[in-house]
Amino acid sequence: MSDLMKLTIAQARDALRKGDTTAVELTEAALSAVAASKPLNAFVHDTTDIAHAQAAAADDRIKSGEAPAMCGIPIGMKDLFCTKGVNSQAASAILDGFKPEYESTVSQNLFDDGAVMVGKLNMDEFAMGSSNETSTYGNVVNPWRATGSNQDLTPGGSSGGSAAAVAAQTCLAATGTDTGGSIRQPAAFAGITGIKPTYGRCSRWGIVAFASSLDQAGPMTKDVRDAAIMLESMCGFDAKDSTSANIPVPNFEAALTGDIKGKVIGIPKEYRMDGMSDEIEQLWADGTAMLKDAGAEIRDISLPHTKYALPAYYVIAPAEASSNLARYDGVRFGHRAKLAAGDGITEMYEKTRAEGFGAEVKRRVMVGTYVLSAGFYDAYFNRARRVRTLIKKDFEDVFAAGVDAILTPATPSAAFALGKTVEDPVEMYLNDVFTVTVNLAGLPGIAVPARLDSNGLPLGLQLIGRPWEEGDLLNTAYALEQAAGFTGKADRWWV
Amino acid sequence: MAIDTETAAKVAKLARIKVEEADLPALADEFSAILGFIEQLNEVDVDGVDPMTSVTPMRLYRREDVVTDGDIQQSVLKNAPDAREGFFAVPQVVE
Repeated sequence: MSDLMKLTIAQARDALRKGDTTAVELTEAALSAVAASKPLNAFVHDTTDIAHAQAAAADDRIKSGEAPAMCGIPIGMKDLFCTKGVNSQAASAILDGFKPEYESTVSQNLFDDGAVMVGKLNMDEFAMGSSNETSTYGNVVNPWRATGSNQDLTPGGSSGGSAAAVAAQTCLAATGTDTGGSIRQPAAFAGITGIKPTYGRCSRWGIVAFASSLDQAGPMTKDVRDAAIMLESMCGFDAKDSTSANIPVPNFEAALTGDIKGKVIGIPKEYRMDGMSDEIEQLWADGTAMLKDAGAEIRDISLPHTKYALPAYYVIAPAEASSNLARYDGVRFGHRAKLAAGDGITEMYEKTRAEGFGAEVKRRVMVGTYVLSAGFYDAYFNRARRVRTLIKKDFEDVFAAGVDAILTPATPSAAFALGKTVEDPVEMYLNDVFTVTVNLAGLPGIAVPARLDSNGLPLGLQLIGRPWEEGDLLNTAYALEQAAGFTGKADRWWV
Repeated sequence: MAIDTETAAKVAKLARIKVEEADLPALADEFSAILGFIEQLNEVDVDGVDPMTSVTPMRLYRREDVVTDGDIQQSVLKNAPDAREGFFAVPQVVE
């Protein structure tokens, strides 16, 4: 592997500006690493030609001395982002062959800053899944393996391709999206950093919709500084998304002082789940001690409605999905089923959707249809939305009492074997137990790798921040990162 | 709440997803398991609590009511499985 692929975004930016390397060299190194990563199945659409053109343009811009931080940085793009002229299929057979005639706002923002796209990344179908096993392209394999084992592990999901690609050092960073934990859980499973910003920070325009009131894009990077740099490029007001926040985007990197003296860190007792493993308990206690040593005040807090977050999520997200996915009808884009003689438009819809959607997507669309149907709307959907109000109020109460950030484990376990959860949907849903509250409350949340478990697999901690205060949250994460000193990298068994 | 095969078939129909008769019992079981998980929400006292409509208190952004896009018929039709004479083509809808 080229040493260039070991660089962070910040290091690459500095090297590019000094003239120690070029965007073309970086991009070539990334494309070679991408080609060598086939066994991981992280990359699913080739964008070599675009990468070459973008790298050449980036070098011109760097020479002019006017280049933004992301200029010339090779990144991977989750397949959920619509990229002009490039297959954008949300890892679903129903979008087979779909090449958008437009560019998503987030990918456009990154390209405007000079980022280089080295490929599109695998994911769970329509971002529905926590193990990257629902993709039409097949499973993604985590670059990490347990010590002494050659068993394939999940990279988590839904941004499993993004997590694997960054952890395998095939690109310097990747885009992800997070509806219930889809950036933070795979980041934790792959030993990298991932932040979901406040709802409304990143435009959702051009990102294939799953659950519109929960979906947010965010960066998946090697460290917290890179997350700050890339998030700033991705964010910003967009008139094409009516929920996009029209507020200034601060310089997130400038917030990284590492000084958290006097900050109040909440430790929510409801996150101490029954059956939590000793290793996760220890991880959480160690993280708490690190922040305390860094000068933060640790405070026990209560978020009383935590246990109802997952059931509320599994009403609201499928309900919104059933509505959003109604557009896949075989008329305007993607797959259309072959029809038998005499089949009318209803048969076309039903056969197209039966063939095009995978099992988990069908399950969620139908659950969503059920909870929205006449007679059940109040009992399920409205009740879940009322509970969501209470979950958000839990957070508002602790922030009003002076808490600056909340520390929790990122996941209930380290990465598990592929095939373990696909048989039981409810068990798979439990993966998001620590992350899903953050989406329901619209808050920023970040996963930071903290240590290796007894099997040599990475474990992550999650920090949850106040709305719109990503800068402060990133700084707390930066202090945690420095204290944890995680430097682990997966053994390169796939090359 | 247990979901029977008749309800599962009705939901599949509403969702416009074809499900074979033989697959309905398994589907009904899956629905029952997921809805059983959701039933926990009945434990929460939600009296006087408004359903959330917007996670961030904000007034939806309004723009000038003017044309910002258009004259892109070819782009609109480009990804269609079947497009003819400037239209999306579908099987016969009305007799």
